[in-house]
Amino acid sequence: MTLTAVRAKAGGTRERRAPRRRWRHAGTVAVFLLPSLIPLTLYTLIPMVASFWTSLHEWDLITEMRWVGLGNYIELLGDAGTRAAFLHTLYFIAGYLPLVYLGGLGLALLLNRAMPGRRLLRGVYFLPVITSWVVVALMWKWLLNPASGVVNWALGLFGVSGPGWWTDPDWAMPSIIFASAWKDLGFVMIILLAGLQAIPKEFQEAAMVDGAGAVRRFRHITLPLLSPSSFFVVVISLINGFQVFDQVKIMTGGGPGGATQVVVSQIYDLTFRYGRAGAASALSWLLFALVLLVTIVQIRGQRRWVTYG
Amino acid sequence: MGKATRYLLVGLGAVVMLFPFAWAVITSITPSDAVLAVPPDFTPDGASLDAYGKLLDTLPFWRIVANSAWIGAASTTLQLLTSAMAAYAFARLPFPGRGALFAVYLATLMMPLPVLVVPLFIEMRTFNLVDTYFALLAPTIASAFGVFLLRQAINQVPREFDEAAVLDGAGHFRIFVYVVLPLIRPALATFAIFGFMASWNSYLWPLIIIKSPEFMTLPLGLATLHGQFTTEWDVVMAGSVISVVPILILYVFAQKHVIASVAQSGLK
Repeated sequence: MTLTAVRAKAGGTRERRAPRRRWRHAGTVAVFLLPSLIPLTLYTLIPMVASFWTSLHEWDLITEMRWVGLGNYIELLGDAGTRAAFLHTLYFIAGYLPLVYLGGLGLALLLNRAMPGRRLLRGVYFLPVITSWVVVALMWKWLLNPASGVVNWALGLFGVSGPGWWTDPDWAMPSIIFASAWKDLGFVMIILLAGLQAIPKEFQEAAMVDGAGAVRRFRHITLPLLSPSSFFVVVISLINGFQVFDQVKIMTGGGPGGATQVVVSQIYDLTFRYGRAGAASALSWLLFALVLLVTIVQIRGQRRWVTYG
Repeated sequence: MGKATRYLLVGLGAVVMLFPFAWAVITSITPSDAVLAVPPDFTPDGASLDAYGKLLDTLPFWRIVANSAWIGAASTTLQLLTSAMAAYAFARLPFPGRGALFAVYLATLMMPLPVLVVPLFIEMRTFNLVDTYFALLAPTIASAFGVFLLRQAINQVPREFDEAAVLDGAGHFRIFVYVVLPLIRPALATFAIFGFMASWNSYLWPLIIIKSPEFMTLPLGLATLHGQFTTEWDVVMAGSVISVVPILILYVFAQKHVIASVAQSGLK
């Protein structure tokens, strides 16, 4: 019996006393809730409302706001810069997600068996995850330096003349993708490793007795039973991928020639370079709508490929 | 796949993971005039700490490290406190509108930072708080993610424990402090790790709200350094090395727990 039920019984007729009883804890509730509710209101809820309000105006952050209704949204939807920013973001995701997922899966499978030094290796692979984005971006910008970088020197040893990486419009996004996948590989590996270790050994053994080879066991047992972990990785990676910014800002600043201008860089530039806070806010809501849509579609669609044991 | 092949693959991978860190250290102690040398010199002659000296002349770097440390600690402590209290209210105190309010908390969880930074900047500017510690810390006092995570943990604490405490005459505060908090310690540790990492690595918000070097945190300080010395990679790498070392030391001690926390988050 729960505490409330005990009290309700002891307190006589519930209906008559209800209004007073419901608020009996009001003081206690306030003390427990206000320390988070006040900052959350000030620094999240009010900005949320303000952001939407701003998106309906033209505003340079200095002079009076001017009402434009849905003007910003209409302008953005037809704007070449916006389209480019979304395309660059999708390009990033299309390169990053397969790389980080397949790499993480490969590592997780390799490390799923007991072997000496496994703990150490896991720790090494996880090291970039705890390193800040700024440091990772700087280290990779240096490694991928076109003239004096180690990567191009190493490619040269094999007779390959390395590209200009972040200075070349065609190679700037791949540079960002490589650095991002390198950083998050350990995260994906740990999630998938935990998923692999939750698969009961009996399943594999039963399939082996039935004569299923390694490939079939992987396809029909491991992959389906790993799908909840895969789903988690894909959802989180997409949410983060759409918001990619730190590494872009450091490695290319959106360049060269706008080749890596992603949505969040566009929001940043609209606000602080072009003094268009209204358009920036509208763009941030378009981004939010897209992320929400993609997440909902994934949650709806998970029945098709995610197996919950 | 043979054992040797497995070791070879994971070993090669480990080298790819570790090399950038090693190279950062090497570059930071290479004399300035040899940094851009081709082919790169992995064992530089006349290794020196000049880059570190230059780093400290350019930016108040120790202060920036201290800023990151205390802001990280303060933000983690505040988040733990405010989130645990709210989580207790949502899990244990019945009040009208509880479900609706919890839904509001969850809604804020879905808001991407880019939606919030512009109005947040304007809000801080209105109250003359741009370029202050307060502005850096304020948006991290509460965490909807923390409330969600800790509420799950509190829901798993059997109610019989509370009831036993009630019979002993304990009120909600005593139950919270002496019964619930000790029992959700693993969840608190998980959340503390996530909170500290988020604060230590945060870049977008400091970039927008902080202008003076004395209020900068490490990621912003490093990015500024990079902007100033596009070609002085030894100085930039010296800064990177300094900013990795503290978190690395923490990581060595907490590694098992950090990895367990992340692993758990994927299993729900």
